Formats: sequence, C-alpha cells, structure tokens
Amino acid sequence: MKHLVLRFLAVLFVLSLTGCGYNTFQSLDEESKASWSEVLNQYQRRADLVPNLVNVVKGYASHEKEVLTQVADARSKVGSMQVTPELLNDPEAFAKFQAAQGQLTSALSRLLAVSENYPNLKADQGFRDLQAQLEGTENRITVARNRYIETIKNYNVAVRSFPNNLTAMALGYKAKPSFTVENEKAISVAPTVNFESK
Amino acid sequence: MMLFASFNVHAELASIPALQHRVTDLTQTLSSEQQTALERKIAAFEQEKGSQIAVLIIPTTQPEAIEQYSIRVAEAWKIGREKEDDGVILLVAKDDHKMRIEVGYGLEGAIPDLIAKRVITEIMAPSFKQGDFNGGISKAVDALMGLIAGEQLPAPAKQTNQGNWGDFLPLLLVGGLILGSILRVVFGDFFGGVLNGGIIAVLAWFFGVALLIALLLGIVAFILTLIGPSGLGHMGGGGYSGGSGHSDSWSGGGGGGFGGGGASGDW
Repeated sequence: MKHLVLRFLAVLFVLSLTGCGYNTFQSLDEESKASWSEVLNQYQRRADLVPNLVNVVKGYASHEKEVLTQVADARSKVGSMQVTPELLNDPEAFAKFQAAQGQLTSALSRLLAVSENYPNLKADQGFRDLQAQLEGTENRITVARNRYIETIKNYNVAVRSFPNNLTAMALGYKAKPSFTVENEKAISVAPTVNFESK
Repeated sequence: MMLFASFNVHAELASIPALQHRVTDLTQTLSSEQQTALERKIAAFEQEKGSQIAVLIIPTTQPEAIEQYSIRVAEAWKIGREKEDDGVILLVAKDDHKMRIEVGYGLEGAIPDLIAKRVITEIMAPSFKQGDFNGGISKAVDALMGLIAGEQLPAPAKQTNQGNWGDFLPLLLVGGLILGSILRVVFGDFFGGVLNGGIIAVLAWFFGVALLIALLLGIVAFILTLIGPSGLGHMGGGGYSGGSGHSDSWSGGGGGGFGGGGASGDW
C-alpha cells in the first residue's frame, strides 16, 4: 500500500514538472539566449567595420576631427565592454550595453551625414562598399533585436503568468530585460530653443 | 488587386500578398509574357541548383521602410530550402522608387551586402531610370543566379524519385492486402505472411526503393498479414495523403530563414 502511494506521488511529481512551466522556461530560455547571441554577433560585425570606415573617411575628410573622434571613442567603449551571457540577467549591465551601442549608432550616423559633404569620398568605391556593409549590418541588428524582443516577450509572459510564476520564484527565474527605444530620453525631453545668439 | 484587398489584415501596415508564383506583380508593370518568361527562368534555376528566388513588385511599403516590409515578406514566404536557407527575394516598391534584395542566411556568402548593393546601383537602377523594369529585374535575376551558381550548395532534391515512391506506396498496400489474404488461405497464417512480406520487399526493391526500406516494408507486410486484412485495410486507407503529383506546380517557399542580409537602393 505504501509502495503504491509512493509510486503515485512520483507520477504526480513528474506530471507537475511538465505542468508548472519548468520545461517551457527551459526552451524559452534557450531561445532567448540564441537570439541574444545573434544580436551580439551583429553588433560585433558592426564594430569590426568601424576601423576601416574611419580610415577611409580620414583619407578624404581628415579635418572632421570631432565626428571621427566620437566614432573612435564610441567604438572603443563598445569594444571594452565585457559581454557575457549573464548580461541578460542583469538589467543594469544590459542598460549600459545598450547605451554604449546606441552611442556608436548615433556617432556612425553623424559620420555618414558628414560624409555627404565630400563628393570625392562618396565616389570612392571602398567607401561605398563599406557603407553598403554598414547598412546591411545595421539592418541585421534591427532584425536581430526585434527577434530578441519577441523571444523575451514570450519568456517574460511565461515567467510572470500563473501558475508558472510560482515555479519561477522557487527556481529563481527572473524576467529578462528587453530593448527599449534607443533615444527614449531624447524623445521625452522637450527641445530647448535658444534665441539668443552667442 | 484581389490579393491586395483580401490580405489587408493590418490596417496600418502594407499587406503581404500570398505566395502563389515566383514572380508577383501587384502593379501590372510586367506583361504576362514577361512574367512567364521570368518565372520559367527562375524555375529552371531552382530545379538545377535548388535555391529559390522570388520577385515581388508592389506599389508602396508605406508606412514601413522597405527593409521592414521586406523582412516581413521573408518571414511570411520562407523562400529557400529549410536547411540551406538559400532564398533571395527581389522587392520593388514602384511608387516609392525603392528596391531591395533580401538575402537568406545561406547565401550571405555568395551575395554579400556590397555585391547586392552593386546589383542594385549598377544593374537595376539604370534600367529603372529608363522605365525598363522588366530588363532591370531580369538582368538582376541573372546576376543573382550567377552569384549563387558559384556557391557550393547541396543538389536539389530529386522530385521524380520522390513522386514515384508516394504514388506507388498505396498500390503496394492494397496489392499486399489482396495478395496477403490469398496467400494466408493457401499457405496458412505464418508462411503466408512470410511469403507476402518477401514478395513485397522484392517488389519494392525492384521499383527502386532503397534496400533497407524495402526490407522494412516487407516486415510490415508480414506483420500486417498476420494481424489480418481488417488491420491492413485500415492502414491502407490512412496511408495515402494525396501527394503533389504535378511536376509544374510549385510548392512555394521551402522554409528558408532570413536575417536581414542584402541591400536596398533607390532610383
């Protein structure tokens, strides 16, 4: 009799494992990690393009020091960041990472805007190829980020909804951070208009 | 136009037409002859190389950028083979004066972004500027095919063999059922089963089924003969799921994945 009860409990335990969302966490967790590494890949790819791009621009517009320095700084900041999978579980580090990448994004777009003023640079085949590569990479980053956001959404819904949230609490699964609009702050702050001339 | 209306689910976003042909033109830019010629060319290439190419011409991608619309098309259509991800989508937004070549994961090596960009700026844009859309698209498709041709990809799945297999299986099951019941009466349950299994296996092998699978079929026939005709009849009824026998019908996208590779341009 006691034997039977034990067996029943064992079966119940296994059933509860499949029903409590534990398995869902596992697969969604893996999915989010996979999509995250794709994001990292594409950011890395962009970072690898930057030195070549800077060199080409320097050849035609070396006196655009400010923009070039901004790009170089942002690039080195991105390069110095320790990017580990644990970053995913640390909202603060994640925000820092995102800020650094966002800085590089805006520095690069400024660089490309400036390069519009140099017809010789725009005609350079090397520059055009790099520009195409950079555009492609930026697009891949967007796609990878959107897919990451999607997987994180699924994961977070699974972690937060009942009764999975009990399992998540017991086993320490936390909601993961997702990307936000890059220039959230810039959007929310009203632009200051200054009529006084310096 | 029908397509356009029926897929307008997201009111705010441009709709994605259903994938029915390799060339989809919602703007009536290409004549039907041009469209057919283009489709034939792409179909022949797909048969030879396995990679899939799709062409889509729409009026506009607004309010999205062409890249956003394009990746949605790629995710919906899944052009390219599943494991190879070797699909390419050539998208033209005519009223926006924008075009994009969306490259599947598996072809990012054969068609790097900068090469895709050159196909756009050096082949498509000049033709489009002169209003020659068919010429621009056709030449671009040729260029893409040339690039893919240089890539080592697995050979396309042999359609003919696959088709025979499926057509021939229900025949084998029904034949096996009749043969099995006769043999069982004549030779008894066990020997009838063995005989039936042996005959089925030899027949299957003869018709070009791999030896191991033929043997497996024979064993299945043996067991089913032992169980009796009722069991076999049941199996036979469910076994045939109406395979696609027509060689010229296109099964659509093969499940290829895209990651936003390629290039966009304008004219």
